[in-house]
Amino acid sequence: MTTVSQAVDSATASATRTAVCAYDRLTPDLGVAALVGGQQVAIFRLSDGEVYAVQNLCPFSGAYVLSRGITGTRGDVPTIASPIYKQVFSLLTGECLVTMDKEPKPGIAPDLAVYPVTVDNGQVYIDLAGGE
Amino acid sequence: MSDTKKIVVVGGGMVAHRFVEAMRDRDTDGQYSVTVLAEEPRAPYDRVALTSYFTHKDPDALALGDPSLWEDELVTLERDALVESIDREAHSVTDRYGREHGYDHLVLATGSYAWSPPVEGSDLPGVFVYRTVDDVAELRRYVEDRSKGLGRPVRGAVIGGGLLGLEAAGALQELGATSTVIQFADRLMNLQVDEGGGQALTRLIEKLGVTVKCNTATTAIKPGKDGSAGSLEFADGGSQLVDVVVFATGVRPRDELGRTAGLDMGERGGVVVDDTCLTADPDVSAIGEVACIQGSCIGLIAPGNTMAEIAVDRLLGGDSTFPGADTSAKLKLLGVDVASFGDAFAKTPGALELTYADPVAGVYKKLVVTDDARTLLGGILVGDASAYASLRPLVGSEVGGDPAGWLLPEGSVERPNVELPDEAGVCSCNNVSAGAIRGAVTEHGCTDLAGVKACTKAGTSCGSCLPLVKKIVGTELEKSGIEISNALCEHFDMSRAQLFSAIQVSELRTFSEIIERFGTGRGCDLCKPAIGSILASLYNEHVLAQDRAALQDTNDRVMANMQKDGTYSVVPRVPGGEILPEHLILIGQIAQDFGLYTKITGGQRIDMFGARLEQLPSIWKRLVDAGMESGHAYGKSLRTVKSCVGSTWCRYGVQDSVGMAIALELRYRGLRSPHKLKLGVSGCARECAEARGKDVGVIATDAGWNVYVGGNGGFTPKHAVLLVEDVDDETVFKVIDRYLMYYIRTADRLQRTAPWQEEHEGGLEAIREVILEDSLGICADLDEHMARHIDTYEDEWKAVLNDPERLAQFTSFVNAPDQPDPSLAYVEQRGQRRPATQDERDSGAVLIAPSTLEVRS
Repeated sequence: MTTVSQAVDSATASATRTAVCAYDRLTPDLGVAALVGGQQVAIFRLSDGEVYAVQNLCPFSGAYVLSRGITGTRGDVPTIASPIYKQVFSLLTGECLVTMDKEPKPGIAPDLAVYPVTVDNGQVYIDLAGGE
Repeated sequence: MSDTKKIVVVGGGMVAHRFVEAMRDRDTDGQYSVTVLAEEPRAPYDRVALTSYFTHKDPDALALGDPSLWEDELVTLERDALVESIDREAHSVTDRYGREHGYDHLVLATGSYAWSPPVEGSDLPGVFVYRTVDDVAELRRYVEDRSKGLGRPVRGAVIGGGLLGLEAAGALQELGATSTVIQFADRLMNLQVDEGGGQALTRLIEKLGVTVKCNTATTAIKPGKDGSAGSLEFADGGSQLVDVVVFATGVRPRDELGRTAGLDMGERGGVVVDDTCLTADPDVSAIGEVACIQGSCIGLIAPGNTMAEIAVDRLLGGDSTFPGADTSAKLKLLGVDVASFGDAFAKTPGALELTYADPVAGVYKKLVVTDDARTLLGGILVGDASAYASLRPLVGSEVGGDPAGWLLPEGSVERPNVELPDEAGVCSCNNVSAGAIRGAVTEHGCTDLAGVKACTKAGTSCGSCLPLVKKIVGTELEKSGIEISNALCEHFDMSRAQLFSAIQVSELRTFSEIIERFGTGRGCDLCKPAIGSILASLYNEHVLAQDRAALQDTNDRVMANMQKDGTYSVVPRVPGGEILPEHLILIGQIAQDFGLYTKITGGQRIDMFGARLEQLPSIWKRLVDAGMESGHAYGKSLRTVKSCVGSTWCRYGVQDSVGMAIALELRYRGLRSPHKLKLGVSGCARECAEARGKDVGVIATDAGWNVYVGGNGGFTPKHAVLLVEDVDDETVFKVIDRYLMYYIRTADRLQRTAPWQEEHEGGLEAIREVILEDSLGICADLDEHMARHIDTYEDEWKAVLNDPERLAQFTSFVNAPDQPDPSLAYVEQRGQRRPATQDERDSGAVLIAPSTLEVRS
């Protein structure tokens, strides 16, 4: 469902980034959702200050809810758990680490798209084109 | 199916039940149909637990096994169908209504009857026996009526100081009667315990207020003025005033059918069978107490069940034979442990007896070992039978180490650690060996006690072997390299209960401090909500206080229940299910204004579905302004207290169940716990509130309330079990305060009350001691903790509405707060909207998009 626009040249990626909110608007470990170019993105500021962005769509329920999940770690990997059926995903790669013995909805990949985030001058930017 | 052979079972007791259960379990090809002809007007029940009928008053609580057994198409149960004759030539039996039942194979399982000696006056009103549910019900009625008529406690006497006699004495005490046990022999339970054991037992029983008279022969029961039992006369010339007499002088086989059918009879009665349970007629078997096997009739359930299994095995072509009766028994009589097993009286030549007696503590223990003191032969345990489960299976094996370790109080000397041989029987009720339990782990992949119980049936009848089963399972899992870890998750090595006390003692209040002190890393979706819940239980501060919002599941984080499409449902509290008309109107108005789907919940309140994150504060503003508050439908916390309408309106109600339910709901509202908590209150014994399906059920009685604990619906439904009886309002509160608080402190993550109290060391009995007798000395602390909860309660939603920072969390998109989630789509159904399915989205069916919904607020 989250289609990444291939039309944008990655060399110009910095020009494709979108400002979503002030860094201070993000509470540690509490996600927010943002609408970026029609896409729903889930953004997390973790307790170490790092910010990550992934698709907001939960592949296993088909609902746009990941911003409302619980952040955590598995080993050293920062994670987000879906609030619906509790699957756990890596915030670094989007990989689904715990499937809870479920299959994703038909036509949706189990892993998440992750988007580069930059914090510039107190502003948080998401780069949809840099998504994978 | 025409070649299905017909088995007729005469008798509907426990052994008949086991026979049918085993047959349907093992006869997978449907070779046999089974008809059970029962004399009593009910399905087989747990006669061993008969005394519990006094406390539960519910014959269903005595039900054996899965009731669906009687719905099997190959099983027919005829109640109230006493068989009067057998025609072995015609292969048919005739019941009391003259109906004939043909058979290919006949199984006699008629059991025993309570025998009373030919004493003058044994037919007077007020003289009872103790064998069936009806006997117990009549006794109960008589004692209750008598005590009303007399206006003083009823004087009870039990003739017979065996196992059944002590049960009956306990039952009389339960009914508020005084009780005296009259024993002909020189000690109580002379068949099971020796002189030392008998003395210890007498002391313990007398301490409980029961009078014991040994070496006493009753010669007559004399009528009182009203013609019913009034006094006992003894052979030594003494006498005693009584109001009710119970004979518990033993049982005799119900063998009259076999006798008239010309089958061989044992010397002291019983239908003679061989080691395969067959009589001399190859088409007739006898099992249970009516069978005279290896020369005697055995009045115990375990050998009866073994016979049932053998008869089934033989009919299905097996070759099992009766191994000899295991007459071991462990009982809890009036709260006193008594166990006897193996060669308890040291009849084996050269046997040595090791005894330990502590008259002050009321403990007597004896082990019987071979002359080299290496092999265990049997034993007697009175007052403390904790070693029984470990010792009984060891009979015939080496005791290992110093046998004295088993005699001294637990913990004073290390008990020998002995590996049971595979063939050692662990569960004698269901004939499960140690090997079968190990096999459940190694071959069938069971990884916990519940799995092993389901797989082997071990511990599913009387449960006395459960500690041993648990130990064997634990050892086996360890050997297989499966670690039984109580760790909460990779960040905390502790169990929830350990972490609870760690946090309580350290008085830490934030997740970051707690994980730094007791864990590693940064936490995850398992430990964060658990700690969020512990902090809420301990301090009752707001769920979103300090750094806690990020610990909560989305439900607690936004104080609503997430549904499948990511929207939420909203449930305001309706205490006890009692609601003002203006609140009903308000809920309807809100649902209309926000286009919410409404449904009545199982907990007697109203759920509004389809509210978006950003709509929650405006919905709650209207509810809070009108005086409603959060219903905590989203929390692992108290949900509802369901009630029937009770004595204020109902013709049958005996107490104000709605008033009680409201009081309980307001008392425990907002209480965070390891899992959700549901309570119920019924205004009379008809139980319309289904309170026994709740974690705590309160049921009105003429004298007050009964409190039941540990019930639930859900995946594995459980009936709650009686905790206290006929108590006043204050006691109801006190008992529930402590029960809930103790549960909250010691349960595992997401463990409901039923498995908690089942797995608690010592079960409900131990929990009862903690909360009623303060055995851990923590009651004052539990009371104080609950009082603090009640005092500091505040409505979570009201608090959030007053806090702009927390309100900011209720935003659809951080960069587009005015836009709702564009993916939501609904269709109309039965006049309300529901989420569209994928097909409906794909086919372009008429959808209602959320943004088109008008919101007035």
